[in-house]
This record gives sequence, structure tokens and C-alpha cells, in this order.
Amino acid sequence: MSYFQIPRLSYRVWKVWLRNKDVFVKTLTLNFLPPFLEPLLYLFALGFGLGMFVENIEGVSYARYIAPALVAVTIMYASFFECTYGSYVRMYYQKTFDAIIATPLSIEDVIAGELLWGATRSCINACIMLPVIAAFGLIELPHSLLIIPFSFLGGLVFASIAMCFTAIIPNINSLTYPTTLFITPMFLFSGTFFPLSALPEPIQYFALALLPLTHVVNIVRALTFADLNQFLIFDLAWLVVASLIFFVLSINLMKKRLVV
Amino acid sequence: MDIASVIVAERLQKRFGEFIAVDGVSFTVEEGEVFGFLGPNGAGKTTAMKMIQCVSPKNAGRLLVFDMEVDTHPREIKKLMGVVPQENNLDPDFTVYENLLEYSRYFDISRQDAEKIIDELLDFVQLKEKKDTMTEILSGGMKRRLVLARALINHPQMLILDEPTVGLDPQARHLMWDKLKNLKSQGVTIVLTTHYLEEAAYLCDRLVIMDHGRILVEGKPDELIRKYIGTDIVEAENEPVVIACLEKNDARYEVVGDMVQIYTNDPQKTTDHLLKECTLRKITVRSATLEDVFLKLTGRKLRE
Repeated sequence: MSYFQIPRLSYRVWKVWLRNKDVFVKTLTLNFLPPFLEPLLYLFALGFGLGMFVENIEGVSYARYIAPALVAVTIMYASFFECTYGSYVRMYYQKTFDAIIATPLSIEDVIAGELLWGATRSCINACIMLPVIAAFGLIELPHSLLIIPFSFLGGLVFASIAMCFTAIIPNINSLTYPTTLFITPMFLFSGTFFPLSALPEPIQYFALALLPLTHVVNIVRALTFADLNQFLIFDLAWLVVASLIFFVLSINLMKKRLVV
Repeated sequence: MDIASVIVAERLQKRFGEFIAVDGVSFTVEEGEVFGFLGPNGAGKTTAMKMIQCVSPKNAGRLLVFDMEVDTHPREIKKLMGVVPQENNLDPDFTVYENLLEYSRYFDISRQDAEKIIDELLDFVQLKEKKDTMTEILSGGMKRRLVLARALINHPQMLILDEPTVGLDPQARHLMWDKLKNLKSQGVTIVLTTHYLEEAAYLCDRLVIMDHGRILVEGKPDELIRKYIGTDIVEAENEPVVIACLEKNDARYEVVGDMVQIYTNDPQKTTDHLLKECTLRKITVRSATLEDVFLKLTGRKLRE
């Protein structure tokens, strides 16, 4: 079986998305809390606390500088954790996938539905977070509204990468590896809390070449600053290509794991 | 007679690396019958089930379900089938009712139709008053019945059950048997695996006993018992005098621990004979069961 075989999907992908949406709605209050509260905590601690000691960064206040990074990080976290811990629990502990593939749905449908749901989680969290940040006057409108559709693409990249890990890890504890070795460094070194240009040049190139969050931060920041430039095309292209590659790869890896 | 075969398997094979789980088995399941797969752990029953369910691809041979190839028409086949898996994989995120509603969507059943079907099914499996309960706090028997109801949501023509009554108390087990008999009377073809041989004898029209990936025997429960054991079993103590006496009389017997089991079709005659000729101290007569056939064919050695 090839790793890049194009999956044969049906409209039933939507049913898996619906299932996850229904669970999400059942625990709505719980799900709203993190994306609502986290930007407040970060803004107070870093933006207004640490920001007191930072004159300005690239000509803007520190709070204004990190606001888009907080949105970008929530896009990453929402889909990454949905498609690692969330999907793993549904796959391994709850046997939800087994139950679904006893119906006309195929395993490809199930995984694609999970990925689209993961991307949707990023979108939902971005939607909750944006008004909170906007209330502090830290983002430009209406440009920033484009973050909402963009968060789906950004979310899909992290969902697909997450699903690749979920497909190959031997047990749930092993998810610590991608979280600590991939997500945490990205959280810190993707131009989130200080400009990429502060890093040695090789690391800058590394971040641009291999860290998806770098591109998400670039685009979200350009939108919150209402300062679009032609380099964003490169960021967008990177994310589109990465989402396609990892979307297909993750479905094939999952098939390898589950179809025996 | 014009009876359609619901499942046709020819030299069906499944390998996991070097290990051959199902080793070229052939069988057919006819419409409307209850067909059982029996065998010790690791015999290949569940693997065979998974191939029929189109979730585990076969390595060789031919497998037709509803006259369709499992490799090319999985969605069409699964649409006509209901599955009760070995492990209860109910959705713990939902209530009893929601579990059925979610499942109905996978079969493209409209909300309106689903609500009607679910009401009927909850009645059928006697879970109506539990409809808003989260599945995790249901008892084992209730969970099993809910899985059965879920498998029936698409009005399947065939039901596949992998150890449907495992871990259930006698009341729950009998209730499950009633439901399956009821479904059979409605014309549903039923394929099941079980470790409970009285269950197999009670439910199955026909069955196969598998071991090491192969089918050892196939037939109706009664016929298998008569063919391999006889109508009755006379049990005596395992003592050299008894063995010697049995050898002299050319009896069909088997030594089981400190007991000797003598297979017979005429328990009266056998008992009389034994009591008269051999100096037996203790002797019991009982009907032969499917369990005797099973143990005779698959041996008494522990598996796994």
C-alpha cells in the first residue's frame, strides 16, 4: 500500500464530522472556556505585564504584537490536540471507528471526517478568541475577519500532521514526543512572541521551511495589522501544499494501522 | 428448493505475516438460517467474521456476500448487514437514544424514519425507560441489547454476532436468545460465533467447528452429536479393570482425567453390560452434548 494513494472519499465524511460536532455541542460550556480565557491570561501576563518592559516591537505595542500569535497558537492547539488525544481516544479506547466502519462508511471516510472536524475546532476557537482580542482594540477590522476562513486551512495542516502521529504511536503516552519536541518549540520559535529575525539565520530558514506555525503566524499577523504583503502568497502556498500532503499521508497511515 | 446463499466462501484465506489465521475454508450460509462458528480461542472465527463484514481484506480465495464481492462492494454489503461485535463499542459520549440516532445517520436514514425505528427497537430490546441514560452506566446485559438494537437500525437482511452473550447472566442470555429466535422468525439470516455450546445447540440450524484456521466439521448440531458421540455418554471411574473391560468389549470410549466416557446409542444396554461384566463401582448416564463433540474434535489442551 502506498503512502500517497489518493483516498476514495464519499459524502459520508460529513456524518463523522456531524458525530463529533454533536459531542462538542453536548459539552459546549466546557469547550468555550479555553479559547475564551486563555487569550485573556496571556494578554495580561505577557502583553500588559511583560509588555511594560518592552517599548515596542517592530513599531507596535507588545500586546498588539503577540495578539495574532495567540490566535495562531490556538489554531494549532485546537486541531492538533483534537486529532492526537481526541482521535486516539475515539480510535483505541472508545472503538468509535470500529463501530462506524461496520456501516457503509469506510475507514477513509472516518479519518477524513476527523481531520475536517479538527480543522473546524481551530475555526471555532479562532471565532471565540477574536472578539476577546478585538475588545482590547488589538486587531484591525475588517481585515481580521479573514482569519476565520483562514483558520480552517491552518487547522487542517495541524490536524493532518497530528493524525500522522496518531497513526504511528504505539500508545497514548507516546503523544508526549510530538507535543514536546514539535509543538512546544513551534510555540516559542515561530515568530510568536518575538520576531524570527532575532534568531540566528539558519534557525530562521529552518522555521520557514519546516515549522507550519511560522506561516500561520505570518498570515494572521498581517491580517490583524491590516498590512498585507506579497510574501503571504508563499506562506499560503506552503500551508496549502502541506495540508494536501499530510491529509493524504495521514489517511494512508491510518489505513495501515487499522485495516489488518 | 430455491434457497439463495447469503454467504459463499471458497478456499478463503487470511494471513497475518507468517501466521495463517484462516486457512482456506469453504462454507455457505443460506438465507434465513442461523449459522454458527465454533472453535477454541485463536481458531479463526473472529477473523472470518471480519472478512464477511468487509473490514478485514482477505488474502486469497473467494468471498461473496449477498452475491457481491467483499473486495469491490463493501459499502453495498455493509448497508444490508447488522453487526454485533465481540466488544461493546457503544459511543460513551452519547445516551442510549443518541447512540441509535447517530448510527441511523451512517445508513442515510432520515431523522423522521429513524425516530420511528428507534422507538420500535427500544421496545424490542426492552430499553425504553433507559433511552436518556448514558451508555457507560448500563448493565452488561443492557449494553449488549443496545448493541443488538444498533445492529438492527438498518433493518438488516443478515445479522452477524461475535459472541453475543459473553459475560451475561442467565436471564440476560435467555432474553438475547429470545430476541435472536424472534429475528430468525422474521426471516433474518443470523451468523454467530460463540464459546457456549448449549447456546450453539439451541440457536444454530447449522454450524462449523473450526480449529487452527480450518473447518473440522460442518453440520446440524443433533447430527454432529449423533455422528461423533452417539445419543448418550456413560461415565465411569478411570480404573485399570474398567479400561481392560472396555478394551475387551471394543467400546468407544475416552479417558478424561479420573473419568472414562463411553459413547453409546443404547445407554441401557451399555450400562447393563458394564455392570454385569465389569466390576464397576460408580456409573452415570447422561445425554451427549455438542460440548462432547467439541472437546473430542479440538482436544482438551488449553489454548493461548
